[in-house]
Amino acid sequence: MAYVAVSGGKEAIEESIRLLDFYKSGSDKDVDVEAIENKMSLLVDRVMGEAGLYAKSYAALALKQCEGSVDEAVFLLRAYRSTLTRNYYTNAVNTDEMRMVRRISAAFKDIAGGQILGATYDYTHRLIDFDADGKQASVQARQDLIAAQTPEPVADCPRVSDELKREGLIDRCSRDGRPPCDVTVNMLEFPAGRSARLQTLARADTGFISGLAYSSLRGFGQVHPTVGELRCGYAELCIPYPPDESESIYIGEILITEVECFHEADDKDRLKLAVGYGAVFGRNENKAIAMAIIDNELEHGGPHPAQDEEFVLMHGDSLEMNGFISHLKLPHYVTFQSKLDAVRKTRKAKDE
Amino acid sequence: MNKNYNFAFLDEGSKREIRRAALKAVAIPGYQVPFGSRELPIGRGWGTGGIQLTLSLIGPDDMLKVIDQGSDESVNAVNIKKFVGLCTDIETTTDTRKATIIQTRHRIPEIPLTNEQILILQVPIPEPLRVVEAREEVTKKMHAEKDYAPMWLQLYESLVKYKRVTIASEYPCMVEGRYMMNPSPIPKFDNPKLHKAECLYLFGAGREKKIYAVPPYTEVVSLAFDDIPFEKESFTGKICRLCGSADTYLDEVFDAQTGERVYQCSDTSYCQEVRSRAAR
Repeated sequence: MAYVAVSGGKEAIEESIRLLDFYKSGSDKDVDVEAIENKMSLLVDRVMGEAGLYAKSYAALALKQCEGSVDEAVFLLRAYRSTLTRNYYTNAVNTDEMRMVRRISAAFKDIAGGQILGATYDYTHRLIDFDADGKQASVQARQDLIAAQTPEPVADCPRVSDELKREGLIDRCSRDGRPPCDVTVNMLEFPAGRSARLQTLARADTGFISGLAYSSLRGFGQVHPTVGELRCGYAELCIPYPPDESESIYIGEILITEVECFHEADDKDRLKLAVGYGAVFGRNENKAIAMAIIDNELEHGGPHPAQDEEFVLMHGDSLEMNGFISHLKLPHYVTFQSKLDAVRKTRKAKDE
Repeated sequence: MNKNYNFAFLDEGSKREIRRAALKAVAIPGYQVPFGSRELPIGRGWGTGGIQLTLSLIGPDDMLKVIDQGSDESVNAVNIKKFVGLCTDIETTTDTRKATIIQTRHRIPEIPLTNEQILILQVPIPEPLRVVEAREEVTKKMHAEKDYAPMWLQLYESLVKYKRVTIASEYPCMVEGRYMMNPSPIPKFDNPKLHKAECLYLFGAGREKKIYAVPPYTEVVSLAFDDIPFEKESFTGKICRLCGSADTYLDEVFDAQTGERVYQCSDTSYCQEVRSRAAR
């Protein structure tokens, strides 16, 4: 007899949580939340992105609470997010003005504003550094790195796509002035607007959309796009100033990665370039690129999984996929009994 | 009650929004009303639609009962009660008659509910047509046009192939002759309890972001052909080993000691009631 037929579910849960606390405690050394926040920043970025909540210290706290599980941390942040009242909506951010820390283009060597390689693992050799363990994080080394930096003045950077738009190779879309759809307070309906699509993709599970984008590159889609521009930097957020809405107040900045990728597209009897857009919290470059690819695949449409709007948008939410998969562990005695009944009846009819 | 959170966890605005969706659902029986489903500290897919309804409806005078598979003691039911207890001071009960709000997964209690009670069902896949059509965009149109032919066809094909309708739980039904509805994964045994009942049935699907309802005295008819009547699960010749009932939905249990296959009521509160009546 399993746990539903007997009473005592309450005690079982309490004991399970006690054991979990033991697993979580792991060793006698504690992990500092500040260290998670600053030394595991890519993990924190991923969690914030999938949770749709930009809060580094809470993301770090959540990660500490759940043994570093990405989906559990996303879960914690999302549940917390439900309890918060929304006081303001920020003005739309113009990312031309962002304070760039990295900017590359795979389409052109020379771009207005210049390329900035910035910090990337792309050109590191992935060799385990056996000295990293046990080495004391040297405060001095960090201070030296900071001292060696020379501040650069911040300049606005036009987009690579601006030039191509001027040339007429990329369509210009006029502003339609409609407020963006918010999928966190409205059910996603189909066909989905582009704002709903982009918001859903930005919050999607990194692994899910990376896999889908990969399928499109390998032939289940339009194949090989070009990363026109990838930029990573700090974007300023402002809200309308309550007494006078024409004014705005600065409330802080967020680190984002933004990508535009180009595909060839039909333009009656000629060709043009289509643009896919991706933007995510923090430094999560592959997700931003994957998002840009999927955005364009969905715009294009077609027979492949990555081009199917409902398929892509309904199955990439970390909380939803993990919630439904894990529910399979709940007892299904009643429905299984019903299935058994149906199966037995068809066999009995055969035997007669 | 944890004072760090609002009464019943969600902020008042969200609760009001959910109540409005529920009112719309009552006004259009069987129609799936989309709503901005909120994330809860409980797994999405573990009854968050039902919990959101419970949280938005519950008040200080309510008496809550939560069951899973008919049992008050199931880990999931206990867990949900624990969560509601964390953010309200609501009293809970296992007595079906005493509850004003009953949240349930996969069962409708054996005793008929009254006009003073609301039964909230947790729904994994609200769309009855999902088994024949994967796309929401298409099923929405099918409902609008009342195009339920593919579902009837599925029933017919099952008859041709197996000589009977083989849908187990989640057996579709027509509500007031207009909308086809998924009664949630209750067994067919419970489907007739939806028909012209005294209580209000609310269905919440959190992950799929839909709420729907069967108001009191609504006509709910399980799909069947004129010459092949609707058929429930049958437990012919079997009785509950604990209370002796022969007219309830039974769980099949393997006795660990004897290896024997025995049966007992899935509705534990009802089973208890029959036993204490017999003891008196």
